[in-house]
Amino acid sequence: MSTDVSAWSQSEDVKMTRKTALSIAATVLVAALALALPRLVTDYVLSAILVPFLALALAAIGQNLVTGYAGQLSVGSAAFMSVGAFAAYDLHLHVPSIPLLVSFAFGGFIAAVTGALFGLPSLRIRGFYLVASTLAAQFFIEWLFTKVGWFSGNSASGVIMAPPLVVAGLDFSSPGGHYWLSLLVVVPLAILGRNLVQGRVGRAWMAVRDMEIAAAIVGVPTRRAKLLAFAIGSFYCGVAGALWAFAYLGTVEPHGFDLDRSFQILFIAILGGLGSVVGPFLGAAFVVLFPIALDNVAGGALGSVVDPGLLENVEKIIFGSLVILFLVKQPAGLARLAAIAWTRLCRVALRE
Amino acid sequence: MHHSRIALLSLASIALLTACRPQNEGTSTDKVSSATVPGSGPAATPKSEGKTQYFPLQSYRVGPYAAGGTGFFGGFIDYMQLVNTRDSGVNGVKLTWSECETEYVVERGVECYERLKGGLDGAPAAAMNPLSVGIAYALIDRATTDKIPLITINHGRTDSTDGRVFPYIFPLVLNPYSEASAIVNYIGQREGGTDHLHGKKIVVLYHGSPYGKETIPIIDLLAKNLGFVATQIEVPHPGSEQQSQWLQIRQIKPDWVILRGWGIMNPVALKSAAKIGFPADHVIGNVWSNSEEDVTPAGAAGTGYVSVTTHPSGRDFDVIKDIEKFVVAPGKGNLQDPKRFGSVYYNLGVVNGILNVEAVRVAQRKYGKRPLTGEEVRWGFEHIDVDDARLKELGALGLMQPIKLSCTDHEGGGAVRFQQWDGKQWKVVSDWVRSDRALLRPIIEESSLKYAKEKGLTPRDCEAEARL
Repeated sequence: MSTDVSAWSQSEDVKMTRKTALSIAATVLVAALALALPRLVTDYVLSAILVPFLALALAAIGQNLVTGYAGQLSVGSAAFMSVGAFAAYDLHLHVPSIPLLVSFAFGGFIAAVTGALFGLPSLRIRGFYLVASTLAAQFFIEWLFTKVGWFSGNSASGVIMAPPLVVAGLDFSSPGGHYWLSLLVVVPLAILGRNLVQGRVGRAWMAVRDMEIAAAIVGVPTRRAKLLAFAIGSFYCGVAGALWAFAYLGTVEPHGFDLDRSFQILFIAILGGLGSVVGPFLGAAFVVLFPIALDNVAGGALGSVVDPGLLENVEKIIFGSLVILFLVKQPAGLARLAAIAWTRLCRVALRE
Repeated sequence: MHHSRIALLSLASIALLTACRPQNEGTSTDKVSSATVPGSGPAATPKSEGKTQYFPLQSYRVGPYAAGGTGFFGGFIDYMQLVNTRDSGVNGVKLTWSECETEYVVERGVECYERLKGGLDGAPAAAMNPLSVGIAYALIDRATTDKIPLITINHGRTDSTDGRVFPYIFPLVLNPYSEASAIVNYIGQREGGTDHLHGKKIVVLYHGSPYGKETIPIIDLLAKNLGFVATQIEVPHPGSEQQSQWLQIRQIKPDWVILRGWGIMNPVALKSAAKIGFPADHVIGNVWSNSEEDVTPAGAAGTGYVSVTTHPSGRDFDVIKDIEKFVVAPGKGNLQDPKRFGSVYYNLGVVNGILNVEAVRVAQRKYGKRPLTGEEVRWGFEHIDVDDARLKELGALGLMQPIKLSCTDHEGGGAVRFQQWDGKQWKVVSDWVRSDRALLRPIIEESSLKYAKEKGLTPRDCEAEARL
């Protein structure tokens, strides 16, 4: 009996070790690819596809912390992005000597404070009512930045321009630089987010999400957990907004962060998989890369035969249908799909 | 487990990336069209190595501003088509182009810019024409770094008129400040002289976008100088809902309303004006509120409405007749709806085509009859000098004003005419009304020099460049 158990656990140990080795190998491979990408792809892919992909993935992580982990429905992510972008810009405008990453962090911090403020209603209301109150954040903040010229440095058109992208004396203004800067910001924050949700804070969030009353009874500080979720989620959105404005577009106006953007981020989080840190990357890949790839392919195949306007509408229909198909087939999102694929891969790889 | 997920995610995204990679290396799967082989597939795209000049088109044919996009790019493409068929290109250099849909959305415009800027099949990009202030703003740094002229005809960032600070940006023909100033001058004329403006109430109803907001400071300044009371009211994008704004206008009881609209916002404004009983002939539309598509949906509410134009609509110009003969009649026209031929947006596209092609032609005089780089075409733009004689040669006499650009002046025109909608078509009702360019220039320079300081740029020395 006892030998059986030890034999079982031994073989299980071997399997675990192999699985860990496989994970490490895959991680190394991904890291190597991420580092080698600037040499492999054109400037177009770097600056027009990968940078927005990273920025939106980061915003969707923020959304996921609030919605996927803490279970609080919010549609104000784009507003918190704009708070981050404008705060970072304003800090730079008034204190020009400030290091770029500090102003990014400042943008995130102000967004966190704003997020916690607009998260206050979550202490009393939930579900669709909370959606309505976060919607207020979306409209109020957009209105504020449009109406009060001070936030955009009193520029006539309300458009703000990026500060010079220099970190520690290194110039990040080339397309490759934009990518490195985004990677430098997004990867540590993603790892931090993963650790956060696996720790005490994350468990508190999930307890609140799964059953708030039960969580409160077992002693989870539910109010603190909810406000913290809004604050940290908005911090991520704020930093993502600064990246979007400065590393990607180089300029931004308040309307660049409208309700459509909030929905886009929410959809990235849902499509990628709620309650997952990897999901936002998959979702962003789908939402950002797929339409562009489709446009390139369709344009190549039919561009000169079919009216471009008609083609564009057909592409939208295809994209929409795929979204529906995905959600019907796998409601838990792309992250679950990837996890299943990974398990199968492991099974095949570990078969003796 | 999470390591593994990260691994898979990145693998998936890289797979997607490689899937769309080949398009960026010049094998061109973009929406290609070329006049030499109209309507043919990309396989039949002519080998353009060394013999064609490329115009990347960041167009928009869907979304709330599709009417502007299809008309403008229709006219632009048809004019290039004409140059190819009638003249066999510019001094033998054929024009080619491809489109990328932006939907007037900034980040899509940026993506399109990056996709198209490298040229097409070895044909270098001549100039960018995104027809969107938001996109143009986002491209200022990029176009300057990449040395590709960024053309914002009749719109754009006003202080980019100062070519010393913005070497690659061209708010051709009419920048927003000139436009606002000309409109105020015209209202002055209608009141019997600008000194009669004192104490008048003028409401500016503007589109909630960088384009709409661009003129806020200059209107305030003109109000201060001329003594009228200006109230500027924003209509949020896209502008299909304006009840509260017009309620406010009814309370103010202004003498004039300046409509700084775009797309759907314009007919809604006219209808709302009619609803509160505000006379249409006291609503003055700006240059993006002046098309047939802006008034027709408003029906009777649009009759009497007055707007700015830099170019009359209609087909009674030699160049438009030539397009009809060489392009539209053989079935190569770009417009889906033939009724829109000769409309305001279409003719603006033609004017824009004329100026872009003229820049290439001027630059060829200096650099040789070959495809030119963006930097060379920039020189061409800065040396455009289209006088009445040249306008006659181009078949555009009466369609556009004479225009002369330079290193310091990237606008060149600055005059407008006014047209009135009679229920069926636009009738030109004024002579050329000049803007107060002498008043505007110091403001423009103040703003551009401030920008230069913020960005750490040294303005060009135009006199030294001219001596070279």
